[in-house]
Amino acid sequence: MTHSSLDIAAVKAQFPLLQRELNGSPLVYLDSANTSQKPRTVIDAMTQFMEHSYAPINRSAYQLAAEATDQFEGARTKVRRFINARRDHEVVFTKNATESLNLVAYSWGRANLAAGDVVVLTEMEHHANIVPWHMLVQEKGIELRWVPLTDDGQLDLTDLSTLLDGAKAFSFTAMSNVLGTITPVQQLCAAAHAAGAIAIVDGCQYVPHNITDVQAWDADFLAFSSHKLCGPSGIGVLWGREELLDAMPPFLGGGNMIADVRFDGFTTAPLPAKFEAGTPPITEAVGLGAALDFLNGLGMANVRQHEMDVAAYAISTLTERFGDDIQLHGPCNVEVRGATFSFAFRGIHPHDLSQVLDQRNVCVRAGHHCAKPLMRRLGVNATARASFYVYNDTHDVDVLADALDSATDIFGF
Amino acid sequence: MPGLEDLYREIILDHHRNPRNRGELAPPASHAVGHNPLCGDEIDVYLDVTDGIITDVKVGGQGCSISQSSASMMSQAVKGKPVDEVRALVRRFKGMMSIPDEDGNPIEPDPAVKLGDLEALQGVVKFPVRIKCATLAWNTLLEALEQG
Repeated sequence: MTHSSLDIAAVKAQFPLLQRELNGSPLVYLDSANTSQKPRTVIDAMTQFMEHSYAPINRSAYQLAAEATDQFEGARTKVRRFINARRDHEVVFTKNATESLNLVAYSWGRANLAAGDVVVLTEMEHHANIVPWHMLVQEKGIELRWVPLTDDGQLDLTDLSTLLDGAKAFSFTAMSNVLGTITPVQQLCAAAHAAGAIAIVDGCQYVPHNITDVQAWDADFLAFSSHKLCGPSGIGVLWGREELLDAMPPFLGGGNMIADVRFDGFTTAPLPAKFEAGTPPITEAVGLGAALDFLNGLGMANVRQHEMDVAAYAISTLTERFGDDIQLHGPCNVEVRGATFSFAFRGIHPHDLSQVLDQRNVCVRAGHHCAKPLMRRLGVNATARASFYVYNDTHDVDVLADALDSATDIFGF
Repeated sequence: MPGLEDLYREIILDHHRNPRNRGELAPPASHAVGHNPLCGDEIDVYLDVTDGIITDVKVGGQGCSISQSSASMMSQAVKGKPVDEVRALVRRFKGMMSIPDEDGNPIEPDPAVKLGDLEALQGVVKFPVRIKCATLAWNTLLEALEQG
């Protein structure tokens, strides 16, 4: 295996929060699948913008407003490059990936789906890519079909063409927030198109950790959040193919999304403003742009390589130390997984595990990870989840393993 | 940070390892299901109530050591008790968990209501995110009483 060229100590040094000690010892933050920490450059970019350039965008003639608009739109260009989209105006700023997926279901779904139409999802989706479609089941009477999982937590594509037969949309995650599984996005997009369906990619776990290329994928929509990729919370992205976005009715109504408003109606603004009603998260867009600069500085290929290294180390360390006492969900092959691990440990409830790990400043999530259907599929009602990012190293894996041992002391299994 | 010994008292771990009154009761027993949407815990409470007395209680579901032991202790504490005494106990327990009354005021401890083993759960208050674990069974008990 090759090893990443990143100096992780130097990367970690750029995150002020990770320098913090709690009760006299360092933090081991293993909850980045939930939300990521922020580097100094993002914090500074947002502060600098608020101290020097903050103003309304797209609606005032003075120089300061023009400066702010340039920075806001500059962030859109950075997003477009980061995901290799064709045009800036295919990038719509939303609140988060959840809102992006809701936008597609609400606007595209209500315009294009009728009773009996089929939308295909997978059994590893989180609630944001399930509930908006359930709402269309209730409202329109559409039908949902589910791509099943293999026992090692990958998509079972055996019957994919049957499932997609007659479907209008296939909406799937590029990386599971529970299992860490990376799905074959390009293959899934091709299968959707072969069946005449559009391909909607939930990238909120994938985009922060991998090179993203919506053109190579031949995807139709991509949703992701800023806060999982070192950027601020409060802003997300929906990228969509221009012709699809153009044909869709607007989502939220209000200022900025209109070309004209009269007493008898309105006309919408062109893309992307059509889907950006009201004052957007301006400072957050600048922060998102800075986060993408930060990740580009590291190189996404290096980020991915580093996380494969950490994932491989985590799998070998945890299984060598704990054997059958630990059950890691999801695939063991790091080629098809990220560094997000849900696990069961010695029969100790995840909530108790996370409490004990917290005593060692090890931050993991315990619960259903907003993926209750998947939890039922796995036959559990909760898991503990350790998720690693570019600021975590193999030492963090060792601290996690030591902390797991201390849980055994308390629960005495 | 408070120590884990405040949370995981031996009596709590004992109820977690050997939960009392596990099982189900057949209808016409009342049955309520409680969910903790944050962590996915689920608790089933079954009650037989005759002439205002809880004659039998069973607990099912899955959860962490705190929610399971609290449910186990709850089942022991309410079995054979009149419903009005049980309601007073729920109120006393919620007061111990720093949960305010319906009007948002703190619940003053009623010295006439004895907590017994339940006092072991007092340490949960020092871990605010776990209060919901400890109270899940009690809220589910109230729901089951409403059905009865």
